Amino acid sequence: MAADSTFASLRAAWPIQRRVLGALLMREVLTRYGRHNIGFLWLFVEPMLFTLGVTALWSLTGASHGTSLPIVSFALTGYSSVLLWRNMPSRSIGAVKPNLSLMYHRQVKVLDILLARLMLEGAGATISFTVLSLIFISIEWIQPPEDLLLVIAGWAILAWFGISLALLLAALAERSEIVDKLWHPAAYLIFPLSGAAFLVEILPKNAQDFLLYVPMVHCTEMIRDGYFGSKFHAHYTPSYPIVINAVLTLLALAQLRKVSREVIPE
Amino acid sequence: MIRLENINKFYHTRRGARQILNSVNLSIEHGDKIGILGRNGAGKSTLIRIISGAEQPSDGRVHRGMSASWPIAYTGAFQSALTGIDNLRFICRIYGVDPKSRIDFVQQFSDLGEYLYEPINTYSAGMRARLGFAVSMSIEFDCFLIDEVVSVGDSRFHEKCRVELFEKRADRALVIVSHDAGYIREHCTRAAVLVQGQLHNFDEIDQAFEFYESSMR
Repeated sequence: MAADSTFASLRAAWPIQRRVLGALLMREVLTRYGRHNIGFLWLFVEPMLFTLGVTALWSLTGASHGTSLPIVSFALTGYSSVLLWRNMPSRSIGAVKPNLSLMYHRQVKVLDILLARLMLEGAGATISFTVLSLIFISIEWIQPPEDLLLVIAGWAILAWFGISLALLLAALAERSEIVDKLWHPAAYLIFPLSGAAFLVEILPKNAQDFLLYVPMVHCTEMIRDGYFGSKFHAHYTPSYPIVINAVLTLLALAQLRKVSREVIPE
Repeated sequence: MIRLENINKFYHTRRGARQILNSVNLSIEHGDKIGILGRNGAGKSTLIRIISGAEQPSDGRVHRGMSASWPIAYTGAFQSALTGIDNLRFICRIYGVDPKSRIDFVQQFSDLGEYLYEPINTYSAGMRARLGFAVSMSIEFDCFLIDEVVSVGDSRFHEKCRVELFEKRADRALVIVSHDAGYIREHCTRAAVLVQGQLHNFDEIDQAFEFYESSMR
């Protein structure tokens, strides 16, 4: 594109970028949910059902411990967080192949296809978390968040983590099928380490030191600190996951640049 | 104009890199009608995808000074799980055109009737070609890139394509890839032949055919 300055070409590119992402979003909703029964409402009904089930399970088993911890808030924040970072890579790995025919159009890039899926995934997890929170608050199962901004900040950092991890894994998966094979067991094994099912506070000191290397633990602690921080002592450093995210994003964009040069439309 | 300068393209295969295009040069001016001849697997489709920008060259430069269509072929460019109409909407959206204003034209041109509302994977090759061509005529470009598609279909379809492409859009540039020599002779003003990755440009269409014939032997 011949433009006088980077700024001018960026300004020209923005409407195209918006059109492409908008069209891809509509298409993604149609191919994934169709126009049958409740259609795109599945976007957040599905994660809601997951979270509801897990919340019910944890509430029943947790109740016997007799702790002062708000177990419903604990389960809701924990499992919603898992859905946010774990589903993004799962939906992105292998996302290029079914969309190869769309790359006949010059303005549709690998990054656009991934971003459209990630926006949907992020929106689904966020709506599910919000709606369940509102329902539980309105029937007084949980108290409203003590510091809403802190919840939002933790959620945003975690979403960024999910997006950057998803972009990197999706790019790597285009080069090697092993990524797809390894992701599923890895996601399963990382889940118990991600902070969803424990508070850092209750662990022995050496376990704490180890687990605080896991970026998701910081985010989950942050979200819980915002939700019911007065009930426990949270352990997190916001800058740590942010640095990890920035590094992941950089690596992901570099890999994607390579991949998009080699992609062959079908 | 569109200008390709020293384009090289390699594909990575199991047995190492394979060169598809070897320092290809081509320039397309406004209103040019260019035919590209080559046998199966010569790299014609790769070349046309590089002209359109759907694929990147391994090295070399593509200067695109006018708008070029996507490669209009009877596969690709559409999502086969979606209906014809949803594909039309998608393509209109990414090119910034109001889909509603194009539905009548596509319906009339493609003759698909109720099938426009069915998924594309239920279509025959001819139906796909009709839809593909109709949708591409719904978006205006300075240069249309056509990969074989016009040579399929029946005479009624051929006639419609001729009117849309060569009468209503006589001022536009065209690049047609085909191994149907007669079609290129009829519609193109110059031709190029792709042999072993190298593109040979000819000013006279007869020279191009002579060269093409001898390269086949």
